Amino acid sequence: MSAGYNFGFLDEHAKKEVRRAILKAISIPGYQVPYSSREMPMGRGFGTGGLQLTLSLIGANDTLKVIDQGSDDSVNAVNLRQFIEMTCPGIDTTTHLSEATLIQSRHRIPETPLKPEQVLVLQVPYPDPLVVVEPSEDKRKIMHGEADYARLLVKLYEDIVKFDEITISHRYPTRINDHYVIDPSPIPRWDVPKLDNSPALVLFGAGREKKIYAVPPHTKGEPLAFEDVPFRVESFNDAQGKRRACARCGATDSFLDEFMNEDGSKRYQCSDSDYCDETLQASKMTEAATYA
Amino acid sequence: MRKILEVSNLSKIYGKGCPRCIESTGPEADTNMCPHCGSVVAIHDVSFDLHEGEILGLMGESGSGKSTVVKNLYFDQTPTSGEARFFEEDTTHEMFNLNAAQQRRLRNQRFGMVYQNPHLGLNFGISSGGNIAERLLMNDVSHYGEIRERAKELLSRTEVLLSRMDESPAAFSGGMQQRVQIAKALATNPPLLYLDEVTTGLDLSVQARILDLILEIQQERNTAMIVVTHDLGVIRLLTGRALVMKYGRVIESGLTDQILEDPQHAYTQRLVASAL
Repeated sequence: MSAGYNFGFLDEHAKKEVRRAILKAISIPGYQVPYSSREMPMGRGFGTGGLQLTLSLIGANDTLKVIDQGSDDSVNAVNLRQFIEMTCPGIDTTTHLSEATLIQSRHRIPETPLKPEQVLVLQVPYPDPLVVVEPSEDKRKIMHGEADYARLLVKLYEDIVKFDEITISHRYPTRINDHYVIDPSPIPRWDVPKLDNSPALVLFGAGREKKIYAVPPHTKGEPLAFEDVPFRVESFNDAQGKRRACARCGATDSFLDEFMNEDGSKRYQCSDSDYCDETLQASKMTEAATYA
Repeated sequence: MRKILEVSNLSKIYGKGCPRCIESTGPEADTNMCPHCGSVVAIHDVSFDLHEGEILGLMGESGSGKSTVVKNLYFDQTPTSGEARFFEEDTTHEMFNLNAAQQRRLRNQRFGMVYQNPHLGLNFGISSGGNIAERLLMNDVSHYGEIRERAKELLSRTEVLLSRMDESPAAFSGGMQQRVQIAKALATNPPLLYLDEVTTGLDLSVQARILDLILEIQQERNTAMIVVTHDLGVIRLLTGRALVMKYGRVIESGLTDQILEDPQHAYTQRLVASAL
């Protein structure tokens, strides 16, 4: 495979262009920088935006972690990881967040807080939050430029009128550095506060829509809300108001996925598999220590 | 009385225009389309002043350019030439020299517009309350309870049933839609309101109530208004001063009573005589 392909699959000019777009995105937090998204050997919509960011950033000393829906073992994550291993000889891959320098993810930001030396790359299907209220991209660009987001807030108003709460479950519009509002990719509301003042750089790549944007480290990220109806994350309380715990590791501070057992009952488990494993490991260690 | 708007030499030409456009169009030429280049001179050399709390009428037949004047002043269109000055307590805005964001601020905060067709002024995809919320949110009101209260207050002022405020305007009758539009226009308590054929197409009793509402609002809030209509009854009832337009030119202007009782221009005479 190595023969005939440049390190990182993309040619050096393509990488240079993507890096230039990344620099611009970091300089203007939340601004969607257009770039010429390359053809990748997979369908657009399978993470080609995130992949191009990763391939442009990765070097031989990097350790990569790829997550899809919180898991390292889902088909999409495995395929992307294998592709990057194949085209970037010499890099290391890991499933442990603490060892990774570069993390490519879809739908989740890891539960464990990121470190300043880490870079998180998110795959984005729809980069523009205004697309739900304004079909014309020309007009959307003007609206972004003038920070004209009233119509997004009207959407929230209508939600509260109809359902007594804001019903956006993922892609929650978030204002970056007091100006641009971004679509933070399909991460759940649970992960949105992690963007605020994050120690690590967060990059967003939309391959099909040909946009790159960024939330630089230690930048304000504020989910849109009303003064008297504040933003809130998902609640994992049961009917009695008790916080549900992960059925596997027992964590009560993580984002839980709901599974249906064969008898129809529900089971809740951490969505972030690495976090789940680590919590399990830690509890085993404590157990062992208690018995010893 | 304080002057709030001063329009001078406003012109709007659709098409590329040529040096002979102006001389070859107008009431004398009996057309507004230039025979040399085919451009349409929608309005030419329109000037007027407007004072606080005053209602100015723009009358004339279809295609005379009266709506174009208002659309230019509301920044729906950009004029070909001319100036307009909007006076606030402490500042004067050269309206056509402002940048897009400044124009948007004036439009959202200081002006209100009521269109003949409610589809232009309202978003039918959201509730009536949401339409008013939109205007408040544009002006950085970010307290849900406060927005809700203001919307209720405005809708009850314009006599829309509060029990229906969370319905889409699509579910309303024409008169109700017009009331929602007026409530939306008033949301920021603007000093200047543009009314473009607001009662056209409504039945007579509804027309009368909407006109009453407009007059009451003018009395209560001292709002200046520019009323565009071809209905002489509306002009007589609402306005103190009026401009008569034909083929893009102002052919007569003055006190409404004077124009209607003693029209000078032949066209105005015919217009007044033809009214039943």
